[in-house]
Amino acid sequence: MAKQPQKSTKKPDVDTTGHSWDGIEEFNNPLPRWWLWTFYATIFWAVLYTIAYPAWPGIKAATPGLLGWSTRANVQTEIEAAEAANAQINTQLASVELTAIADDPELRGYATSAGAAVFRTWCAQCHGSGAAGVAASGYPNLLDDDWLWGGDIEAIHTTIAHGIRNEEDPDARWSQMPAFGDILASEEIDQVVNYVMSLSGTPQDASLVEAGATVYADNCASCHMDDGTGDRAQGAPNLTDAIWLYGGSHETLMQTVTYSRFGVMPSWTNRLSEAEIRAVATYVHQLGGGE
Amino acid sequence: MAILDKHAVLEKNVTLLAIFAFLVVTVGGIVQIAPLFWLENTIEDVEGVRPYSPLELAGRDIYIREGCYVCHSQMIRPMRDEVERYGHYSLAAESKYDHPFQWGSKRTGPDLARVGGRYSDSWHVDHLRDPQSVVPESVMPKYGFLENRLIDGEYIQDLLETHRMIGVPYTDDMIANARADFAVQADPDGDWDGLVERYPGAQVRNFDAQPGISETDALIAYLQMLGTLVDFSTFTPDASR
Repeated sequence: MAKQPQKSTKKPDVDTTGHSWDGIEEFNNPLPRWWLWTFYATIFWAVLYTIAYPAWPGIKAATPGLLGWSTRANVQTEIEAAEAANAQINTQLASVELTAIADDPELRGYATSAGAAVFRTWCAQCHGSGAAGVAASGYPNLLDDDWLWGGDIEAIHTTIAHGIRNEEDPDARWSQMPAFGDILASEEIDQVVNYVMSLSGTPQDASLVEAGATVYADNCASCHMDDGTGDRAQGAPNLTDAIWLYGGSHETLMQTVTYSRFGVMPSWTNRLSEAEIRAVATYVHQLGGGE
Repeated sequence: MAILDKHAVLEKNVTLLAIFAFLVVTVGGIVQIAPLFWLENTIEDVEGVRPYSPLELAGRDIYIREGCYVCHSQMIRPMRDEVERYGHYSLAAESKYDHPFQWGSKRTGPDLARVGGRYSDSWHVDHLRDPQSVVPESVMPKYGFLENRLIDGEYIQDLLETHRMIGVPYTDDMIANARADFAVQADPDGDWDGLVERYPGAQVRNFDAQPGISETDALIAYLQMLGTLVDFSTFTPDASR
């Protein structure tokens, strides 16, 4: 049986505060002592806190506090401490010959791990967290051995340091394929696209390949070379390896030749330190395709 | 107790209670807010910070309209992990022409205070159109429809004037050229010398690589300038601030 709440009409043995409204009186039940003293302690604590930490506004500045606490100084100290901890190896990394990094196991191990961290922070958004790029979207796969601007450590380092076709860095790698829609008739573009497809596989329309070879020799060979293997000095892709940055379908290649492509990579010189750039270059170099 | 008797006056007069309650709250407001207007260390002068160009401002309005701030902050806190991931911590001066500021309070996506120049324009186009195409783990919605919404800056002059009214130092020259500047920033073949003179560091490109000025153009113009105005190779913030 549930217990019935006790309704008592008996007045408890407690004083009233003396407040009375229409005969309704207020009991004087003071706060528990422990609660009250905790409350006083927090007030006391707050006063100490404003003395220890920046708090009271003055005419020009707030009181700095006895502990001299400052978010900006703290983060600076923290960053300096982290930099100091790695200073020796970072200096070494930034000063040795690029090609020598791979020969020094300690340096190589450090650069690969540090480079992986840099890559995931700054590079993964375009090249993917696994560095496989984004297929057919213009973000190159860094795991294979097909390089647009060169795949040895120095070429990779230059590409990362200065970027590609960006306006912020005068040393950026720069080349621009003309938009052949303004230069060639669409039939000629169709011919050359079929020729280019024939270099690495099956053309859409084999009857156009021969005419396409002539168009190619007149317009494309100066950069992509007579045999279609491209020229890394000017970032002209190899057309014979069936690896396509923007896709290798007939339709996509028509787009590419008609309007050209203009992939941009930012310059990292101003955002990353030389040691970080070298670290991420080492990381990319050892992913599989490094030369 | 005399003071409690006097307090009874307040308890019995609701108008008086409201007035005194307001005064008490005001004290808190004055102590917290008023000093920010005169303390020298709340706003430091930072070279390079300028008002938004008309196209950037339009992009900023789109950023606000689409609620980007709900998932993206624009405030790099002075902590080592944030500085290493996003770049130099944000300065108050960098958002002094923001009305309202876009500091945000939640990061479902990354902080955008220094996103400018970090990605290419075409990455932004790809990413706005289909974020998962470039960042598979992203939960960001698609904003491809912005490409189809062409804007002509019809009211851009009014917008600049409104910002001037609330304290952004737009000059008469800037206001008079607002619409022309709006159009020319997305047109690299146009005559944009005046724009760059009025807004140093303004980037002139056809951001979405399509004809016409779309909302995507404006939004990317805004994103690409975020955090790029202060040159931290020459400016060192005062550590005591």
